[in-house]
Order: sequence, then structure tokens, then C-alpha cells
Amino acid sequence: MRSISILTAAAVFALGGFATASAEEPTKILNASYDVSRELFVAVDKAFVEKYAKDTGKTVTIDQSHAGSSKQARSILEGLDADVVTFNQTTDVQVLADKGFVAADWQAKFPNHASPYYSLPVFLVRAGNPKNIKDWDDLVRDDVKLVFPNPKTSGNARYTYLAAMAYAKEKFGNDDAKVEAFMKKFLSNVPVFDTGGRAATTTFVEREVGDVLITFETETMGIRKEFGDDKFQTVTPSVSLLADFPVAVVDKVADKRGSRQLATDYLNFLYTPEGQTILAENGNRVRNEAVAAKFADSFPKVRLVTVDEVFGSWADVTKKQFGSDGVLDRLLAGT
Amino acid sequence: MSMVAHSPPSAGPARRLVDGRRLIIGIVLLLTAIVIIAPVGVILIQAGSQGFGAFLGSLSTSDTRAAIGLSLVTALIVVPINTLFGIAAAWAIAKFRFPGRKLLLAIVELPFSVSPIVAGIAYLFVYGGQGLLGPFLDAHDLKIMFALPGIVLASMFVTAPFVARELIPLMTLQGNDDEEVAATLGAHGRQIFFRVTLPNIRWGLLYGIVLCNARVLGEFGAVSIVSGSIRGETNTLPLQIELLYHDYNTAGAFAAASVLTLVALVTLVVKLILEARIGEGH
Repeated sequence: MRSISILTAAAVFALGGFATASAEEPTKILNASYDVSRELFVAVDKAFVEKYAKDTGKTVTIDQSHAGSSKQARSILEGLDADVVTFNQTTDVQVLADKGFVAADWQAKFPNHASPYYSLPVFLVRAGNPKNIKDWDDLVRDDVKLVFPNPKTSGNARYTYLAAMAYAKEKFGNDDAKVEAFMKKFLSNVPVFDTGGRAATTTFVEREVGDVLITFETETMGIRKEFGDDKFQTVTPSVSLLADFPVAVVDKVADKRGSRQLATDYLNFLYTPEGQTILAENGNRVRNEAVAAKFADSFPKVRLVTVDEVFGSWADVTKKQFGSDGVLDRLLAGT
Repeated sequence: MSMVAHSPPSAGPARRLVDGRRLIIGIVLLLTAIVIIAPVGVILIQAGSQGFGAFLGSLSTSDTRAAIGLSLVTALIVVPINTLFGIAAAWAIAKFRFPGRKLLLAIVELPFSVSPIVAGIAYLFVYGGQGLLGPFLDAHDLKIMFALPGIVLASMFVTAPFVARELIPLMTLQGNDDEEVAATLGAHGRQIFFRVTLPNIRWGLLYGIVLCNARVLGEFGAVSIVSGSIRGETNTLPLQIELLYHDYNTAGAFAAASVLTLVALVTLVVKLILEARIGEGH
């Protein structure tokens, strides 16, 4: 075993030097993002690099890292030197804020609670909508099978779960017993829970399981683009849950590397008309009104509620609904 | 086999034996076709289905090229280190009797029974920002996790037993006789090693190196934890394959996968040749 430790030390010292911080301002930053945002950020990064070169004459590089956003938050805590994060879950940025990697008031650092774009859970059905799915009510019918990942492990599915519950709360006027019965039926219509969003997509699209896939609107547009508009169609329910896609500068890394200015410029680019257009082209709803109006045809009108309005806060929801022995555990145990 | 085949058909028990054998061989062949040949064939066919130009095009995107490069660099570092470690460990275990020998043997083989993901997480607990050495490494600006050193360490752990595992039985079988003869003829320690021990084990050693190399190039789980998946920088070839697959870039994923598959097929051929050589050695 001694030879291993000596060799390990040798490897560490031989290779350790190559990531040391440089004194001058870096021309490269790393964006740690969520799993299914790759095509989006290929387009965003290309446009940003071109614009930055035109405005400042400097050539910069944006590196990308993609994984589930909870895994990314964990990796950053363990030393992944990401200058910025672009996540699909507020709670994952909050983890970084709690550990002092991101400013406590990160949501005040950029417009719209630091969320340049947003999405919502919608339904994807097979061509012609054979089961005639229109709203959340149709998803608790006996003849309808649903596909979405496990809310325990997937942020995507947590939005789906909470959107359904928000609908039930409105419908039954907060009658808890009826809401729970609705949710129980909703969950029991899912034949198999995958662990993540893309896995659920594969189950629905390639294994052809289920009648309805519930996932973010942006993912349904990606699927239709990839597999054909003639195979699937999107159904937007009457009401759904706002899913913010938060961004933040990772202060700890930006301060160490001196990359704060470039990191901030990069995130601000997402709010420019050019950045918002790229976001909208990739199936995300955007805040800029002029750009939103241009893409109005792609995004049907829908009433959106927020987690804070319906459930108090993400911290409450996480503990009460998804924690051990929470509501979700109880409902699943009964199905 | 020949004895059974030459038995007269009327012999009952022999007949049943033949039937049983055919059944078992049939099942094995069927399972091999379903479990191994079909998926490997599909990868190669899919990779080639777009034509050779598209195949090369998929491989020459900068991210995939970088991934292939990173995997090769990792193998260039890991394989020599684990070869030296394997020879040293096998030599100690096979040629000497000392207290803790059995324990050393168990430890050397440990990576075979530990899930790679556990290895990755264990390294994070030691070298990660929140880990044991995290504050020290951070203070001295040493980057191990989410960079090449982390990938090398994780790959080293997973492939540590490959060479030792091939050599230990071989060296134990050969015993110390040759070395003792060399010593009585006046050879020094180094001469004995290079002129007697090493030639005796050369085919087994090559065999271990080939397997170790294939596994380093193919390792996914442990590397996935410590890589940080920065595309073009810390994505190894297996991670790049997963990324391409999730991007709906099926052609690119199959092209990259076929590179690993070809490595495996070359490994198989080299392995068969070496096995024959080891066989001759006895």
C-alpha cells in the first residue's frame, strides 16, 4: 500500500499545478448547468462570445458542465470551480448560499429574482390526443396512464407533483381529504417512476409506455423537434406551477479567480433581447415583453401560480411533502 | 466429446448426455448472442450506418476529440503506475511469506469488490472541498478533484488489481526455484529480476497490462463522480458517450461508443494471443 501512497503524492505534485489561479483577469469561465440544457447553452455561449468580442475586442471562452443540478451543487461544494451556475431549481442555488459559496441575497443580484427565464409542467400526449386529455382532471381517470419521474429524486417531477396539488387545492377549496384522494389517484396512475427527466422521456417516447408525459414545456418542445410534430403534441393545462430557472455568480470561485466581471456580464447577457430570443427559441418562456410577444404563438396562455403563493416556501414544501415520512411517502405507501 | 460422439446411438445414457450437452451449448450460444453479440453488433452497425465520412465527422468534433485525448492521457499515466504496483505487489505476495500477506492480498483485490461509485465518493471525502484534506488543498491552491489528478486517482483505484491479479497465480506456480538457481550462480538481485523473474512472467504481465488499459479507457462510475463533466476538458470518452446520448446525438454517441468497442475487440484478440503464449509457457 505504501507504493500507492507515494505514487499518489507524486501524481498530485506533478499534476496539481495546472489549475492554479492567475493574477490577471481570466478569459475563461465555467458555467455549471442542469442536465438537459446543453443545446441551449451551446447557442447562448456562441452568441455571447461573439458579442463580447465585438464590444470589448477580447476573446473569451465559456466552458460548460452539465449534470443534475443537485449533483452540480454538490460538486461545487466539493471543489468544482464553476464561476456561474444556471440551474433549474431554486433550492440547489440555496444550498450554495447556505454554505457561503453564493451571496445570501443572490435573488436580488439579477432581475426577476435572478431568473432570466421560466417554464412550467405541461402534458405531452401522442398524436391526435387519443385519450382526449385537456386538464389535470383527465389525469386521474381510470383509463389514463401517466409518466413522470420520481418526485423524491427529480426536481422536474417535484414541479409536476406540486402543480397537480395546486390544482387540487383550488378545485376542492383546500379540503385536505379530497386533495389527498386526488393526489393518491394521480400517483397511482403512474406505472413506473424513473429517476430523472430524460429517463422518463425515454420511457414515454421510446418504450411507448403511458398516455401522458408530464414534464417542462421546454422539454416537450425539444421532444417534438427531435421526434417529429406528427408523433406528439403538447397540451397546456388551465393552470400550472411557475418553475424559475435561477442564475447566480459563485462568489467564492469568482473572487478567487478574479472572474466576477466576466461572470456578471455573461449572466446579464441572458436578459438582453438577443439572449432572451435564444432562450425562447429553445422553448423557454422569457420575461422581456417584446421578445415574449414575438414568440406568443409557441407559448399558449396559462395561469401560473408560484410555490410561495400556494405552499408557503420551498423550505416548507421540501420538508413537509418530500421529506422522510412526508406527504409523498404516505401517499405512495397507500397506492 | 470424441468418446461420446463415437458411441453407438443405441447407448441410452450416452445419448441423453449428448442431448443434455447440446441443450446446454445451445442455451449458452443463444444467451451469448442476445446479451453480447447483438448489442456490440448494433453499436458497430449504427456507427457505420451514416457512412464513413459522417463517422469521422462525429469523432472529430472538438469535444469528442478532447475526450479521446483525455482518456488516452489518463491511460498513459495510470497503466505504467499500476503495472509497477502490480509487479511489486505480486512479487511480494507470491515470492515471500510475511505477516499480513493475506491481508495485503485482500486489499489489492478490494477494488474488484467495491462499486466504482463508492470509490469516487470516497475520494471526494478525502480530497473534495468539504473533505478531509479539502481546506489544506484549497489553501495551497492544489486542484485534485474535478481535474486530471482526480480522474487519474479514480482510474488508478479501479484498475489497481488487474496486473497483480494476473501475476500472483503465475508467480506462485513458478515458485522460487529459478531465482534460487540464479542466486547460487552468483547473480545479483537486479540481474535475477530482469533476467529470470521478468522473462518468466512476461506474457502474463502483458495480459494484465492489456486488461488494465481497456478498463482505464472504459471506466465510467468512479470518474463520473470526480470529473465535474466539463465538456472539452474533464469529460472522458465514456462520459462523452453518455453526454452525446442524452443530447439525442445518437450518431455521435454510437461513433464514440464504437471507438471503445474497437478497443475492446483489439484487447480480445491480444488477450487470445497472450493466453496461447502463457499456455505454451507451462
